[in-house]
Amino acid sequence: MPEAAAPRRSPTAAPRSFVWSRALFLTLLSGFVLLPVYVMLSSSLKPLQDVSGAFRWLPGEVTLSPYADIWSTIPLARYFLNSLLVAGAATVCSVVVAVFAAYAVSRYEFRGKRVFTVTVLSTQMFPGILFLLPLFLLYVNIGNATGIALFGSRGGLILTYLTFSLPFSVWMLIGYLESVPRDLDEAALVDGCGPLGALFRVVVPAAMPGIVAVTVYSFMTAWGEVLFASVLTNDTTRTLAVGLQGYATQTDVYWNQVMAASLVVSVPVVAGFLLLQRYLVAGLTAGAVK
Amino acid sequence: MTTAPAPTAGTPRKEPGPPAGPGPAPARRRPGRLRRIGLPYLLLLPALLLELLVHLVPMVSGVVMSFKQLTQFTLRDWGTAPWTAFDNYRVAVDFDAAVGRELLHSFFVTCGFTVLSVLLCWLLGTAAAIYMQDAFRGRGLLRAVFLVPYALPVYAAVITWVFMFQHDNGLVNHVLHDQLGVTDGRPFWLIGDNSFYALVTVSVWKNWPFAFLIVTAGLQNVPKELYEAAALDGSGMWQQIRHITLPSLRPVNQVLVLVLFLWTFNDFNTPYLLFGKSAPDSADILSIHIYESSFVTWNFGSGAAMSVLLLLFLLLVTGTYLLLTSRGRKARHA
Repeated sequence: MPEAAAPRRSPTAAPRSFVWSRALFLTLLSGFVLLPVYVMLSSSLKPLQDVSGAFRWLPGEVTLSPYADIWSTIPLARYFLNSLLVAGAATVCSVVVAVFAAYAVSRYEFRGKRVFTVTVLSTQMFPGILFLLPLFLLYVNIGNATGIALFGSRGGLILTYLTFSLPFSVWMLIGYLESVPRDLDEAALVDGCGPLGALFRVVVPAAMPGIVAVTVYSFMTAWGEVLFASVLTNDTTRTLAVGLQGYATQTDVYWNQVMAASLVVSVPVVAGFLLLQRYLVAGLTAGAVK
Repeated sequence: MTTAPAPTAGTPRKEPGPPAGPGPAPARRRPGRLRRIGLPYLLLLPALLLELLVHLVPMVSGVVMSFKQLTQFTLRDWGTAPWTAFDNYRVAVDFDAAVGRELLHSFFVTCGFTVLSVLLCWLLGTAAAIYMQDAFRGRGLLRAVFLVPYALPVYAAVITWVFMFQHDNGLVNHVLHDQLGVTDGRPFWLIGDNSFYALVTVSVWKNWPFAFLIVTAGLQNVPKELYEAAALDGSGMWQQIRHITLPSLRPVNQVLVLVLFLWTFNDFNTPYLLFGKSAPDSADILSIHIYESSFVTWNFGSGAAMSVLLLLFLLLVTGTYLLLTSRGRKARHA
């Protein structure tokens, strides 16, 4: 991984106390961080009687059957597909909307600009619990009045999730676009591009790290949301966030299957995140943290 | 919107060359100008409409609902439900009665939880970021490892913690009781008083990488020359951290602490996944408490009133915080 180079405190050699405390601290912290990951992995390879009795660090026998069983205990494949559709669509829409908004704020002076940015950011503060019920009623009423099914549909969930990541995305992209030289889009304007042409041909490519960062953030937000998914979905549109609790409501909890399923649903986001994390750091460095 | 007469409306900050110059062809001038004035609003329109639909309209309805008497019968047609003026609020803040007392208790639990969690997240994140500022072997790998809790979907992560906290077959009791023998008997972690610590542990595990990420990003903006100058003056590494690194992080920390505070205070997912629909007393976080008041007891008006109180409190804290920190910043610059 190409390191985003931190400024080196080069002329000062690290004293021994620093090196020792660093080794100790980082070791302990890694243990804390990785403990649940280890439990997830090792338990997902155990037969059921192994996870029902006292905890054991190592599996008595290793089996892959939990990974086969998770698909039939609950309709995991359907939940997976729903999550993929919802999170994917919400992410694409949210990033496009955020790019437009951030471009307007960073490149134009207009009346109401400050009101807009403050309002958008302050929605971050709203407790979800305050607008959960009104939103649910709003969706039901829109459905009754117009026939557009928002409640219980993937569309309603997509709409909801894309606004969840929007404020932070807009904020981060405004910061990032400030770091893209204005000369670039002015040159494009001179060359005869319209403002939108300048945005798509010049500004978006130059702001790619920021946009990737925002994409990762939006996808993770949508993939992990629980509260609204539990109210706004039904049996056919249920996402992983709610569906995964299906293993735990049985009379017997299939802990090995729960762990296997948790691992399976985590792999896409964790892999994507770790691959793209350097963009996230770069995006945050240029954007939010300025 | 296009009628906004502001002279600055729609003008790019720096005049771009010919297109906005003083002498475009008169025939093209009017539509061009209209488009330029309208353009920023047009670009903002999708974001505005979405925020309006999903955040602002429901929030205003929520505030209206808090003044109504809502049950499952009047809910569908909530506009016609009877007004109750401030009754819902009166009940919520009547600390002599059960409802108010429980709300106050829940408020204190949430404050304690939030302060503890934010403090620990900040400490771990800052320490890790500073220790990892200079390159060493395996730093890239370690950074990836540290970001795993943040990348994991919250339900997968919290379910794993629920398994670890199980009374009979969990890892925590196995280590504490069977292997180390520090507890008599196996304690319960997800019910009773211990659940507070379980909640803090999971919350810190989940959120500290965010602090790490932000501080790591913030450290990249510290000018290298500062360290070189300090090194020439003969100050050691610990002194450099104290006198250069930490002060340089102050603006980053101001945002970071506020964001962590708001997220932790409003966090619903962690306690809900950890405890289910009703949390144990010692970990009865406001978001769960309000959820329970609305959806389990079907008293929506009262739940809405509690949410509004929560929002007012957050507004007050955020406002005060921003005021204090920006004044502090000005004072330092003066």
